[in-house]
Amino acid sequence: MTANTSTLMTPSTTRRRGRKISLGKIIAWVVVIASLVIILFPFWWIIRTALSTQREMLAASESLGPVGFTTVNFARVLGQVDTATAVAAGGSGQKIDFLLYLRNSIIVSGLTVAGQVFFSALAAYAFARLTFPLRDKIFFLYICGLMIPGVVTLIPNFILIRQLHWENTFLGIIAPTFLMTPFAVFFLRQFFLGINKELEEAAKLDGCGIFGVFRRIILPISMPPVTTIGILTFVGSWNAYLWPFLVGQNENVRVLTTALAVFRSQTPQGAPDWTGLMAATIISMLPTLILFMVVGRRVVNNIQFTGFK
Amino acid sequence: MSSITAPSTVPRPKPAWLKRWFAPEARVAWLFILPSLIGFTVFYAVPAVRGLLISFTNWDMLTAPKYVGTDNYTKLLNDPVFWDSLGRTVVYVLLNIPLQTALAVGLAVLMDRVTKSTLIRAIFVMPWLLPPVIVALIWLWMLDPTLGFVNNVLRSIGWQTLSFLGSPDQAMPSIALINIWQYTGYTALLFFAGLQTIPKELYEAGAIDGATERRMFRSITIPLLRPVLVFVLVTSIIGSFQIFDTIAVTTKGGPVNATKVITWYIYDYAFGRFQMGYATAIAVALFVILIVVTIAQMRILNANSSDLA
Repeated sequence: MTANTSTLMTPSTTRRRGRKISLGKIIAWVVVIASLVIILFPFWWIIRTALSTQREMLAASESLGPVGFTTVNFARVLGQVDTATAVAAGGSGQKIDFLLYLRNSIIVSGLTVAGQVFFSALAAYAFARLTFPLRDKIFFLYICGLMIPGVVTLIPNFILIRQLHWENTFLGIIAPTFLMTPFAVFFLRQFFLGINKELEEAAKLDGCGIFGVFRRIILPISMPPVTTIGILTFVGSWNAYLWPFLVGQNENVRVLTTALAVFRSQTPQGAPDWTGLMAATIISMLPTLILFMVVGRRVVNNIQFTGFK
Repeated sequence: MSSITAPSTVPRPKPAWLKRWFAPEARVAWLFILPSLIGFTVFYAVPAVRGLLISFTNWDMLTAPKYVGTDNYTKLLNDPVFWDSLGRTVVYVLLNIPLQTALAVGLAVLMDRVTKSTLIRAIFVMPWLLPPVIVALIWLWMLDPTLGFVNNVLRSIGWQTLSFLGSPDQAMPSIALINIWQYTGYTALLFFAGLQTIPKELYEAGAIDGATERRMFRSITIPLLRPVLVFVLVTSIIGSFQIFDTIAVTTKGGPVNATKVITWYIYDYAFGRFQMGYATAIAVALFVILIVVTIAQMRILNANSSDLA
């Protein structure tokens, strides 16, 4: 029966495919390539801008390549040149130090990823495997927390951080996401539920305590989902703007997104410092792009996994 | 674990609830969930309740909050600026979501036809990983009224240049286009992943029955993509209602209030005028609106039934 249908089918599908190559496929490729160009071109444009000399570029805005090739824009947004040179290159004269903001972003995102992933994984394991009173009720509350939009808790959290005098500290910036997010707990619990119980039973028989089972069995075999949630946490933390803007204005804790917005608002309205802004933009997205080159395949292939929660 | 050897002194039997709460496994479980429980209580549960309470007060954060009953909500219902900003938000969602979703489905189907390349999918998903602040800055430059690349192109083909973010009429569509650029690739990948779960036999059977491509797209692809479609629409509409970062970096609600959306209005009241009571009332209203919109969508999309079952 099956063999029969497949032999019946083969000729018709090949014929159909043959026709598709001629037109359908060409159109499909054209659209896909056009989309790729639309995605990629802006990246070239910011590189080209960042490598141009401000004044010359403004006179030749149509040029597709750098105008008056220079790396001074990178040097000045990294705070490596004196004010006079920076102003001559188109800067506003205000202190700009993206090396410092880069450090701050790395501290904030690094701590957030480490704390959130570890503590959420502990909780997720307890919810998935251990028995304790109120377990399902507490988990249900977490799920409710998943549905509260950030804008509702934003103002009370801001007030809390202010009352604790944690403004302008790394602690204040990371506090709301350091110990957990409902999503991380939910995501990891979902995975832990699917792990074969026999593995844990065997380890327990060998005298492993609950934490031992968690550390020696659960975490090692859960590296894929743990990495996935780690990447998502990193990206979320790295990209956050409003929260660090509200509680971390001070230079010493200012992260990249906030610094970019400040930089943008400092540049004069009439003649924005585009070359400097684009150099700062490139520096700010470099870590994400490097991370993406390392783990991009995982992100792309697991997108269904992360997408469907 | 339940067999505890009775000590020689014969203690009074402990009450059952105490045993349940402090059983060895429960004790470890409490330790495991403790950090997350602290994080959840302090930064989700309490702020959610506190936000609701603040919305019944007038509070400038300098003097003590003053209870005003439902005054803030009465004011809200009669505040034309609130309704205007809500209207603008809805317009933004309508400019953003239908086009983005349609483009994503199209792109996913085309990719499915011609290429399974991980590199190409990685390029499509890349903008999604970048901070909205950076994407906004890139496009602020690309869409610059005088020197922007897009206007260079328009000029070179003999068209009139556009002011984009600088014009009250074009600002909101420009913001929508910026976000479409950022999220279409990611959404397309979700649909692409959904397409991989549709059994190829269905298309073969359709081909035998003489169905056209268009017919198969309508009768096989779209119905079977419905779970992804529901997920994408629900999450992207919730996200779209809370558009903030792009506007904060580009137009700051302007020009002439053209992009003063609901989150900007909340931000303005909370951190511009320090009227925390009214700001949280708007935030609570937004939360209620999001719940209503989500429930309505689930109903309309008939989210709970599956076509594959």
